[in-house]
Amino acid sequence: MSYRFFVNGDAVEVDVPGMRRLLDVLREDLALTGTKEGCGEGECGACSVLLDGAVVDACLVPICQVDGTSVRTVEGLGSAEQLNDLQAAFLETGGAQCGICTPGMLMAAEAFLATSAASSEESIRDAIAGNLCRCTGYTKIVEAIARTAAQRQAADPRPA
Amino acid sequence: MTRVLPPGTSELSAPDPLVVPPATRTPGRIGRLPLRREGPAKLTGLARYADDLVFPGAWYGATIRSTEPHATLLAIDLNEAFDWSRVVVVTAADIPGDNVVSLMRDDQPILVPVGGEIRHQAEALCLLAAPDRETLRAAKRHLAVRTDRLSAVFDPLESTEEFSHLEVGRGDLEAGFAEAEVVIEGTYRVGHQEQLYIENQAMIAVPGPDGGVTVHGSCQCPYYIHRALKRSLQLTDHQAVVIQAETGGGFGGKEEYPSMIALHAALLARKLGRPVRMIYDRHEDLSATTKRHPAVVRHRTGVMRDGRLVAQEIDVVMDGGAYCTLTPVVLSRGVLHAGGPYSCPNVRIRGRAMATNTPPNGAFRGFGAPQTEFAAETQANRIADALGISPLELRRRWAYREGDTTPTGQVLRESVAALEVLEAAAKATDFSRHAEQTRRAREARQSGARLASGIGLAMGWHGAGFTGSGEVHIAGTASVELTDEGIVRVLTAQTEMGQGTKTIFPQLVAEELGLEPDQVEVAPQDTSVVPDSGPTVASRTAMVVGGLIIKAARRLRAQVQAVTDHPFADSYQVFARDHGGLRVDEQFEPYPNVEFDDATYTGDAYPAFGWACAVARVDVDLDTGEVTVRDVVSADDAGRIIHPVLAEGQVEGGTLQAVGYATIEEIKLVDGRYLNDRLATYLIPTSLDAPRIEAILVEKPFSGAPHGAKGIGELPMDVGAPAVVAAIHDATGVWIHDLPATPERILAAMTGAPAPGAPGVSEPAPERGAA
Amino acid sequence: MPVEPPVASPRSLAEAYALLGDAPHRPLAGGTDLLVQITGDLGDPPERVLDLWQLDELRGIRMESDALVLGALTTYAELRRSPLIAEFLPAFAEAASTIGAAQIQNRGTIGGNVMNASPAGDMLPLLLACDAQLIAGTASGERWVPAREFWPSYRRTALEPTELLLRVSIPLPAGRQVRYRKIGTRRAQAISKVVMALAWQTDGDGEVWREVHLALGSVAPVPIRAPSTEAVLEGATPIEATADRAASTLAGEISPIDDVRSSAAYRRTVAARALHRLIREAGGW
Repeated sequence: MSYRFFVNGDAVEVDVPGMRRLLDVLREDLALTGTKEGCGEGECGACSVLLDGAVVDACLVPICQVDGTSVRTVEGLGSAEQLNDLQAAFLETGGAQCGICTPGMLMAAEAFLATSAASSEESIRDAIAGNLCRCTGYTKIVEAIARTAAQRQAADPRPA
Repeated sequence: MTRVLPPGTSELSAPDPLVVPPATRTPGRIGRLPLRREGPAKLTGLARYADDLVFPGAWYGATIRSTEPHATLLAIDLNEAFDWSRVVVVTAADIPGDNVVSLMRDDQPILVPVGGEIRHQAEALCLLAAPDRETLRAAKRHLAVRTDRLSAVFDPLESTEEFSHLEVGRGDLEAGFAEAEVVIEGTYRVGHQEQLYIENQAMIAVPGPDGGVTVHGSCQCPYYIHRALKRSLQLTDHQAVVIQAETGGGFGGKEEYPSMIALHAALLARKLGRPVRMIYDRHEDLSATTKRHPAVVRHRTGVMRDGRLVAQEIDVVMDGGAYCTLTPVVLSRGVLHAGGPYSCPNVRIRGRAMATNTPPNGAFRGFGAPQTEFAAETQANRIADALGISPLELRRRWAYREGDTTPTGQVLRESVAALEVLEAAAKATDFSRHAEQTRRAREARQSGARLASGIGLAMGWHGAGFTGSGEVHIAGTASVELTDEGIVRVLTAQTEMGQGTKTIFPQLVAEELGLEPDQVEVAPQDTSVVPDSGPTVASRTAMVVGGLIIKAARRLRAQVQAVTDHPFADSYQVFARDHGGLRVDEQFEPYPNVEFDDATYTGDAYPAFGWACAVARVDVDLDTGEVTVRDVVSADDAGRIIHPVLAEGQVEGGTLQAVGYATIEEIKLVDGRYLNDRLATYLIPTSLDAPRIEAILVEKPFSGAPHGAKGIGELPMDVGAPAVVAAIHDATGVWIHDLPATPERILAAMTGAPAPGAPGVSEPAPERGAA
Repeated sequence: MPVEPPVASPRSLAEAYALLGDAPHRPLAGGTDLLVQITGDLGDPPERVLDLWQLDELRGIRMESDALVLGALTTYAELRRSPLIAEFLPAFAEAASTIGAAQIQNRGTIGGNVMNASPAGDMLPLLLACDAQLIAGTASGERWVPAREFWPSYRRTALEPTELLLRVSIPLPAGRQVRYRKIGTRRAQAISKVVMALAWQTDGDGEVWREVHLALGSVAPVPIRAPSTEAVLEGATPIEATADRAASTLAGEISPIDDVRSSAAYRRTVAARALHRLIREAGGW
């Protein structure tokens, strides 16, 4: 079967079995290896991507359900030369250590930042509760997201 | 209840948080520090971990494993109905050299030979590779293993097979107990803990034209793998090449086990003549790879009523699992730290490591010390409780000072910060006031109250670098070079796995040479490029190898300046242009005045110790025994801090691993098999389970290292768990002796109901026909 | 890369029924259970999969006379943010917030939870306690199945292979209170050790409990009601003596097991204590 969707703004078409996981399509068919596999059962969040803006585990989404949607992965954020504000905040606070949870963590954080007007520590922790990190104790990750939320809020204050 | 107690919405009479939210902390200092070297690649998905590497024509490898804890392997049968022409099968008979995973003792086979002994569940029996995963799956279904089952031993206390034993001590134990006014005993048990790096183990082997093999993969110690490959595949130094891929966490779990996987991948690749990918999924990783050693620690402590410590008798039994791996070293570190950071005139500590028919246990951050220090600290807190002395005050009396002597007879001449970390943590948390507050709340608590708050304190020490003469035996070499192109480059085998090696090494060298950190490059961790500077373990990277590259950089600077007669920074590129490159190799030399006798286990067990104190605050749901760890403040002395942000990251991450160890990380076994073999059942803390963590860095430099650094990686792992257990006691009035302190154990202790079984000990196989 | 069974993605319910009429298919909603089973090699993979995700007929949360109706494809995220749920069935939003985390809540559905038929299904005790009706369809019509008849045995449902779960209807009797309690293994991404839902109605004076429904998960091979405990609570007032009696009755009424997540003894004790607490909180003492 052929499936068409957008990845980071680019239209793509893949001819693969409909039950192939979005994770495998990204990593193997599209060579976008920034999205990681940590468990294959929706427990660790390392494969988090945005599907029409909502954060999902790419290991649990068959490609037949991606047809016609828009997917955003870590490759769609800033580049290594020009990190986006969230990536820069992770770099400066120390929110990335081994880096394997980082792409998924960034995508969960982007989903949170895009939809949430409030950014209490508790709401940040809730937003990334599906993304396991074994290095940081989450302290600096929460700090990086809080900092980005404050910066974006200051740049584009939304009505309460 | 899930999320019943989000921070800030407690129904308690709101004790103050110990830790302020990160967003309100004062920023600063970050601007002066180099940013994580490989950070941009990790933050954009460009960093290449093993499974991200593409090798055209590579096949997929798989391992066939035992499903019994102890048996004789009779045969491996390939079903003739299946087309095996597109599958490569490797058995023990295909191993050209020694069938052992080269480590401490030659007891662990790469593959169990036919006729040989299967000693644990999930042991590797044979290997398959196929061009695609569908064929590989089908091949697995058409292979059968025949065995003859043998009786199995699961409890280390019942095992008669010993890997190692040791004893340390000083003073007169009997006299000490005769003098003691109060004698307190306790038995503490801890179960397995999984490292749970988020990147599973992964190795890819590529056969070379010269009969050699290059292995790319996730690992801490490329030269361990290099040695293992040479020995078992009969390769020369140059035929075996090991290249570290970006590594998604290790925590000890990628110290020794990657050698096994690399051997498997290499055996398949050499037989096949193509690259073979051996990428574990989480289930295989959890089922087969090493865990933290379960342990049983017995304490008998003699004290005076005024709190003076006069005698310590400690007995440590560790469960090594089915093969030796690094167990004797884990045991020795456990024993050496078992007394805690306390001066005691009469002490004897005995340890033994026993074999069981469970998967082998191995390295994990802390390396034996978290087990014995949990016991030591819980014992200390129980003594304080029994004597009616505050746990803070008791430690003020007991803690090591400079000039004190440890159980091995080591005189702590310098860099002793036990009291400093204790006071720093106590002050930052206002420990005494909070303890008074929770005590009053406990006394005023009415029956039927649901939530109880508690605060707990624990301290610890951690020997920096290898135990005893370890560094002398390793004699690692690290290099700094000026290339022909005029680039300064650091060459070590020290791997980056998240802790910041690639950031601090350039920082240290740049400081010596008067350069900016980004003017110093780091050579890849490739055994054909970098020297063997020893493994990336034992909190030795910053202290030991950091020291070597500083010395190398100083010599490089001197040699260049001797020629150019100008400061290095202004003249090195000219030097390279005119004279070509220059490389300085620096080999480890023993720290001055550090001597250890391996035969008697006496002397300076470590060149220096790191010191830590953690204060934890918990809420316990008295209905269910559920624990919410709200805040942990950890004060850690690791000598001079090179990079505060990275150092804090080590403390914060280690603290959360310790909190997980204390509360939810548990492995149950049946018939020697781990039941918690998926991420749905082996649980680590999520962001909602994680407390607010504050790291306080105390700096008591070590003069033996040129930069004054000691190790920080493992230290915080030692103190978090006993602090949490003390806080649970403060809230509930019950002491939990077994880790993890699950709600099941807490409720059993509170109600007097029978506790769940001993942690780490397997249930027998269910009888056939039983329900 | 896991096994990839063939899948059909019908664009209409009629097309879905036609496919089901031709051959048995394993229905797929948000994938949060089925993909785990396939990837984890937990049992034989399905021969054919029927992807329901395109069927907008199965979406939406709406009021129908005196019931709230949830399309089978209603996600947990939708439950968490629905104003109708917040007003009429806040316990459903609370339960949804305990399931997985954002990633799971964005894909997992109420219909999937019902059809997966796990004894630990987090929403199922609520459906039992609220007397939900589960509406199944075939090409020839619809069938209403009460929740208490829906899970006859371990991992089984009352539906025929040709039937699809279409929606869930939850009656909204006046004056009904619903409470939810999940004792999990951690604060997110956790499967329950015990999950409990309690519903009752009060008469005009407000003190005496009527129509008491108590349902639990993870304490038996299927999600269950606790009729003996309900009988203790029926016609009673939420005072300490009632709570004591109900809790001890419940401890005797359930038959949990030891497993990798918890022990039978713990489950029995905390189920009783959690119920005691709910009654105490309702009684305000």
